Amino acid sequence: MKALARLWRRLPGTAKAGVIMLVVFLLIAIIGPEVIPDNPNVTTPLQAAAPSGAHFFGTTQTGQDVFSQFLVGVRLTLELAFWVGVIATGLSVIVGVTAAYVGGIVDELLSLLTNVFLVIPALPLLIVLLGFLNGTSAGQGQLPVIFVLSLLGWPWGARVVRAQALSIRSRDFIAAARETGERSWRIIVFDVIPNMVSLIAASFVNTVLYAVGASVALAFVGLTDPSSWSLGTMLYWAQLGNALQIGAWWWYVPPGLAVALLGTALVLLNTGIDELSNPRLRDARSATRIAGRRVWPTDPTPVFGAPHGRGGLAGFARSFSRKSLLDEAPVTAGNPEGR
Amino acid sequence: MTQDAATTLTSAAAGNGPLALEATGLSKDFRLGRGAILHAVRDVNISLYKSAVVALVGESGSGKSTVARMLAGQERPTAGLIELDGERVDVRTGRAFRRYKSEVQYVFQDPFGSLNPVHSVGYHLARPVKLHQGRDVDVKKRVIELLEQVRLTPATQFEPKYPHELSGGQRQRVSFARALAAEPKVLLADEPVSMLDVSIRLEMLNLLDNLRKRLHLALLYITHDIASARYFADEVLVMYGGQVVERGPAEQVTQQPAHPYTQLLIASAPDPDNLGSVLKSGNSAPRARGAGTGPAAAGCPFSNRCPLADDKCRAENPALHQLTAVRAAACWRLSEAAPALVNGTA
Amino acid sequence: MSPVLDIKDLSIAYRTPGGDVRAATHVNLTINKGEVVGLCGESGSGKSTLAYGACRLLRPPAVITSGSVLYSGARTGSVMPVDILRLPQRDLRAIRWRDIAIVFQSAMNALNPVLRVRDQIIDATEAHLRLPKDAAREKAARLLDLVGIPRERLRSYPHELSGGMRQRVMIAMAMAADPEVVIMDEPTTALDVVVQRDILAQIVELKETLGFSVLFITHDMSLLLELCDRIAVMYAGRIVELGAAADLKDAAAHPYTQGLLRSFPSLHGARRELAGIPGTPPDLRDPPQGCPFIPRCGFARPGCEQVDMSLLPVPGGRSPLHVTACPFVTAADNATAAPQQQAAAAEGALS
Repeated sequence: MKALARLWRRLPGTAKAGVIMLVVFLLIAIIGPEVIPDNPNVTTPLQAAAPSGAHFFGTTQTGQDVFSQFLVGVRLTLELAFWVGVIATGLSVIVGVTAAYVGGIVDELLSLLTNVFLVIPALPLLIVLLGFLNGTSAGQGQLPVIFVLSLLGWPWGARVVRAQALSIRSRDFIAAARETGERSWRIIVFDVIPNMVSLIAASFVNTVLYAVGASVALAFVGLTDPSSWSLGTMLYWAQLGNALQIGAWWWYVPPGLAVALLGTALVLLNTGIDELSNPRLRDARSATRIAGRRVWPTDPTPVFGAPHGRGGLAGFARSFSRKSLLDEAPVTAGNPEGR
Repeated sequence: MTQDAATTLTSAAAGNGPLALEATGLSKDFRLGRGAILHAVRDVNISLYKSAVVALVGESGSGKSTVARMLAGQERPTAGLIELDGERVDVRTGRAFRRYKSEVQYVFQDPFGSLNPVHSVGYHLARPVKLHQGRDVDVKKRVIELLEQVRLTPATQFEPKYPHELSGGQRQRVSFARALAAEPKVLLADEPVSMLDVSIRLEMLNLLDNLRKRLHLALLYITHDIASARYFADEVLVMYGGQVVERGPAEQVTQQPAHPYTQLLIASAPDPDNLGSVLKSGNSAPRARGAGTGPAAAGCPFSNRCPLADDKCRAENPALHQLTAVRAAACWRLSEAAPALVNGTA
Repeated sequence: MSPVLDIKDLSIAYRTPGGDVRAATHVNLTINKGEVVGLCGESGSGKSTLAYGACRLLRPPAVITSGSVLYSGARTGSVMPVDILRLPQRDLRAIRWRDIAIVFQSAMNALNPVLRVRDQIIDATEAHLRLPKDAAREKAARLLDLVGIPRERLRSYPHELSGGMRQRVMIAMAMAADPEVVIMDEPTTALDVVVQRDILAQIVELKETLGFSVLFITHDMSLLLELCDRIAVMYAGRIVELGAAADLKDAAAHPYTQGLLRSFPSLHGARRELAGIPGTPPDLRDPPQGCPFIPRCGFARPGCEQVDMSLLPVPGGRSPLHVTACPFVTAADNATAAPQQQAAAAEGALS
């Protein structure tokens, strides 16, 4: 618990915002469907009604409660994205680390496999696969989407994982583990991977982000099961029902906004993971506050009690206006500013 | 090529104990791009005896680390034979490698890189104990014992610490303890103190010395600092360009070097007793000879830098020529380089 | 003896969330014209911090909390010394490299791996000398001649050169603007002993020819004893002893210097009794009262915690310029009492 509190404190403000937003979404996903006012499939005669006390987000063109659909949608979308994240990240770690650690022909083959998947045009493949799956019995619900997105989502992470695993593998402590007599699989699981936790976490968040966006896009285009209520499906039906033309903004704005905010939250969280794992990033690109003054890494070391020590653009500009101190009076104890 | 010398030459370390590890004719070639081959190690013989320290001295690129890695089983020799307790060493399978590791351990140079930052000291020591000591050993007790052996006390305080909480010297002690956890016969220490502060180096070397005596370890001490080899080792082997160019008892090799390269090494070391002599008097003999050039490709590797080199040196690579019962040097011009030693055996 | 660089009462700290780490405390050091001054210390002694801090090259969170650095070079245009710490940025940039040059520790890290040697030297000369292209190229070639590297190497990349050559390139770049003071931070630590001697001889030769002063930073005391005119020994951010090399070698007064000298196995001469110094340097976040060396000192006594660490002439020393921060111990004590007390300290102390 204390470790978590420490982590929280180290996060920059933007990442904290992202975490809070994510927590809100998670709460909606967990609690939401338990407290939905109506069954999202049930139609009512109240067609395309604006938000009201009975229907917080209004109704669709067939009288379904948008709010209920929204609550279910958040859960389904998050669930789907989470599973894609887990499967694709898992695959990328297995492939990447194995390729890096074993090396040789195995590395060549796995890298070839990764590159092939990277190069295949995603959209045609998706259309083909989903079309095929939708025709079979496995084509119900979210499974086809999860399968397809995982299949296409792992190569990106694999390349990054492989690169970092290669650099860890060349470190002395890995050679030392071999010296100790550890078996290769143990070294991979207990020595290499623990050093890559922040990379894997960032990769996971990235993959979830990709899954959210991709699944919504697929649903919108109609390639997924339209009877399962994800946020993308809502948008699909909204588009089919001409929500834009009939002015039923309450139908597409909530799901659209939710997707945008979810994506933003994930990106912000990722920046936090970067900062946590590499504190030097923090030092290198931002100014530090020293004694109330902002000091950039390119400034000369600040000196206490010296008015000429100003850094940054303002000081740079000022230095042009002042004539060279080298021509002025000397700096002595009684005349510390050389006037 | 070295057969003549090998048959009558005995190691200065032989007196300390029985033979533990012996390498004969050890060679390693690396294939570089475009068909070039780098002869990193050429025909090296080393014998390690229990309770004795053999120092392998050389500059970077001399092949000393490659020799150590071959002895540790991390690199496969291109040619040559390694024998442990008289039996030929074979580390081709994982199982054979692990068995070899319980006898021969390698200590890394960099105290900051050789410990995994995500694991505690206790984990680092518990793993080799579990791997090499079998099932019915009390792991925790053994870990405490190991920490006490390397003088990291109170041991219970050090056991849960992580590497970033320790100083360089403390980390290196953990590295020693980890190597000792396997209860090896042979310890290969590759520059164990070069990355430590000067004032604690001696303490570390004393610790190694102490462990060697108590546990009857056969120690190989690899260094570029020939001065520490003088104090610490029984026998010194000087390497240049992948070959052993001189070998003998540590005190004799450092006080009366026979090979021109060893003489250059000794002359180049800072001599506080002779303040500024080489620098200020403008003595440029060490400078004038192809500074910055690598070993010669043909003939004696030192021939392009040696003040005594002649045509024979540049054409033919000399073998180790025995000077005394325990000393040898590989040079065609020994009668000029070390006349006293040559005449001694005549 | 005219001072070129006069560091007065310099204190440098690192502002960390856990408190100020006092890397250097009230340091006084003077470098005279044409002199080679050695700065000796181990990790955490503050030697690099001092040198970089004097040129204001330290990055945040470093702060200079007190002191001044007076530079009196021939080119400042004014007769009086100038305080580097209080110069505006433009003048500071002019002084850096032109008057005070630095040779960094690891040449492989300091040289740009994707630029040829010629381009890097030209970069340096262009920034400070504003020469036209062909004049810059000729200058680069002449600089390489100066350090004994064949001119063909201008076209090489850093990774194609040996370690010794790379270090010479760094030295050549430092010579580009004809500096008055050259600060060298462990220039030979990563090099072999033979190459090291070559480089040092080169430096001495350049110094004799071009007449600059050198501040040589290293942990290798035996090297400094051979190379330098004067040596300053630093421990835990303070200078503990300062004097001529010969004085330090024959009559080192501070227990830390004595301990350091005993830590170097010598090749020449008889096999001495070697000791080293037990223990570790103190945590600079929380500097102890009085002398920072107390836990590791074989001569520690109750009065040590009241020592104010000011440098005073060594009693019975050959020269009044040989100063030490320890009021209790002299060179005579070194030979007699030290071994027993060192052994006692070694028994109880751990690394």
